[in-house]
Amino acid sequence: MSDEPVLISKRRLGGRVDITASGAWIAAHAEAMEQQVNTVVAALGKLQAMQIDLAGVRELDTFGAWLLERLARQGGAQGAEARFTGVPGHYRGLLEEMREVNRRPAAAVAKPNPLLKALATIGRTTLSLHDSLRIFLDMLGALSLALGRVLLQPRSLRLTSAVHHLYRVGWQAVPIIVLITFLIGCIISQQGFFHFRKFGADAYVVDMIGILVLRELGVLIVAIMVAGRSGSAYTAELGSMKMREEIDALRTMGFDPVEVLILPRVLALVLALPILTFIGSMAALYGGGLVAWFYGDMNPSIFIARLREAISVTHFQVGMIKAPFMALVIGVVACSEGLQVKGSAESLGLQTTTSVVKSIFLVIVLDGVFAVFFASIGM
Amino acid sequence: MDASSEQAVIRVRDLVVGFGKTIVLDHLSLDVRRGEILGFVGASGAGKSVLLRTIIGLLPKRAGTITVAGMNLENVTLADLRRIGRRWGILFQQGALFSSLTVRQNVQFPMRENLKISPTLMEEMAIAKLEMVGLSPDDADKIPAELSGGMTKRAALARALALDPEILFLDEPTSGLDPISGGEFDSLIKTLQRTLGFTVFMVTHDLDSLHTVCDRIAVLADGKVVVEGPMSTILASEHPWVKAYFRGKRTRIHAQ
Repeated sequence: MSDEPVLISKRRLGGRVDITASGAWIAAHAEAMEQQVNTVVAALGKLQAMQIDLAGVRELDTFGAWLLERLARQGGAQGAEARFTGVPGHYRGLLEEMREVNRRPAAAVAKPNPLLKALATIGRTTLSLHDSLRIFLDMLGALSLALGRVLLQPRSLRLTSAVHHLYRVGWQAVPIIVLITFLIGCIISQQGFFHFRKFGADAYVVDMIGILVLRELGVLIVAIMVAGRSGSAYTAELGSMKMREEIDALRTMGFDPVEVLILPRVLALVLALPILTFIGSMAALYGGGLVAWFYGDMNPSIFIARLREAISVTHFQVGMIKAPFMALVIGVVACSEGLQVKGSAESLGLQTTTSVVKSIFLVIVLDGVFAVFFASIGM
Repeated sequence: MDASSEQAVIRVRDLVVGFGKTIVLDHLSLDVRRGEILGFVGASGAGKSVLLRTIIGLLPKRAGTITVAGMNLENVTLADLRRIGRRWGILFQQGALFSSLTVRQNVQFPMRENLKISPTLMEEMAIAKLEMVGLSPDDADKIPAELSGGMTKRAALARALALDPEILFLDEPTSGLDPISGGEFDSLIKTLQRTLGFTVFMVTHDLDSLHTVCDRIAVLADGKVVVEGPMSTILASEHPWVKAYFRGKRTRIHAQ
């Protein structure tokens, strides 16, 4: 007997059809089985009764049983279903099981109007903007409350945790921050010399590097790096804690998750970012000076003398003042997004992405607000 | 070898598994016969799940041989694992449903990857499998996070049975279910096993499961199978842990 599933249909007198099935009706032959059944069904036409003989079936599993059952449901007049004959004893249960399934017609899924769908998406997105503002303010408020409590009772500060996070987001970030800001300093310097040389303004490259790096680029690059590096880590950590109910566990033990988990993280970030900004700015200036020396033929002593004339403490202050605020924004966004994680792995990924995108966006917006502010107070 | 080992679907010989300096399974040998439900018992941390995970290739072994459905699982490649993976279904303790897919997609996943079948048939089969494990077609479009514990187990069972496996591995199938749902789940497994005729290897702690569904029981202690056989053999055993487990206070209700 061949292994392949075979279905033979014979038309008898009076519109009666006899079907014989044989071979192995198992999942591995699913394609062949389906073809056989479809061919037989297509040739059925009008019929009075149908009988399916299974005596030749050597192997049967749910796939085969269902296809035979589907065939049986096609057969017979006025909704009567075909009978199975010659069913091998040990497959009777399986066929009976299959008689029960797929009885309910699948609920028709209404196809939504594409225009309505687009409008609904716009509406939902607008509402979610409102939601994300609320989430941000919620977290900022909770954080302020926790900070207030800690100030009243300094002993309740999780110092160990804060130091641990300071180590992670501060100290461990130094190499990559130094490398990136150094390279940015080099690039600005090179571009400056290349273009300024055309109209003999080489000397002003130093002014550009000094002011650009200290006021804007140093802090911005570092904040974006930190948002990508540490903000995403915060979101992922808090998100998986939320998924595994660790945060609920903390709450039921009478601890405030904001005080225990989030305050130390945000504090660490607020302390680390100004330090990283300082280190980053210095690395960028160093890179700029190096390129000025080798590419722009400007002696380091001249570079330093020009730099001293070009920049003032104000420029340095403007950059440094922004750093802790940016850290706060990154920390609050990262932590609040982490707490929005739901049960699935997909939502963890989604919230982490949202956290990074949102904090980089807000860092840049904040930078713009500060630019307006410093301009109006004359710094 | 006697006749019984001929029909062994899973054959484990002298298996040694350890982590670092600890030896969890120490020259363990075990046979699972075709068409039976074998319950595998042992103290928490004794290595029941370790054995299961070693058989299905998730943990490396130090020594010994494992044969599943006539295939020696020595240095298996991912392709081998995929071939044998069609012949076994695994129900993990937490269900391990893919959280980003709906229940229907979870059940269809093995079919889509391994079989060449039309979307209509796949649709019908997914619903059929769900109905066989006692879920309604309305549950098909839920995502795993929306399911209760019992429904998660059922959906995971439907996925494990998607390809009509010869062997079904169950890791504590009734843990986390109340005794009534646990009992229902047990009888579901028994019914399905009778209709579909697969072999079951079940790691469990549940005395009710052991009493009601298992044909044979193997007890793990000190890294070895200390006793195996039907319930009567187990109850007659003089091994201290086996005595404490099967004839302890918590089991008195079964003795009556």
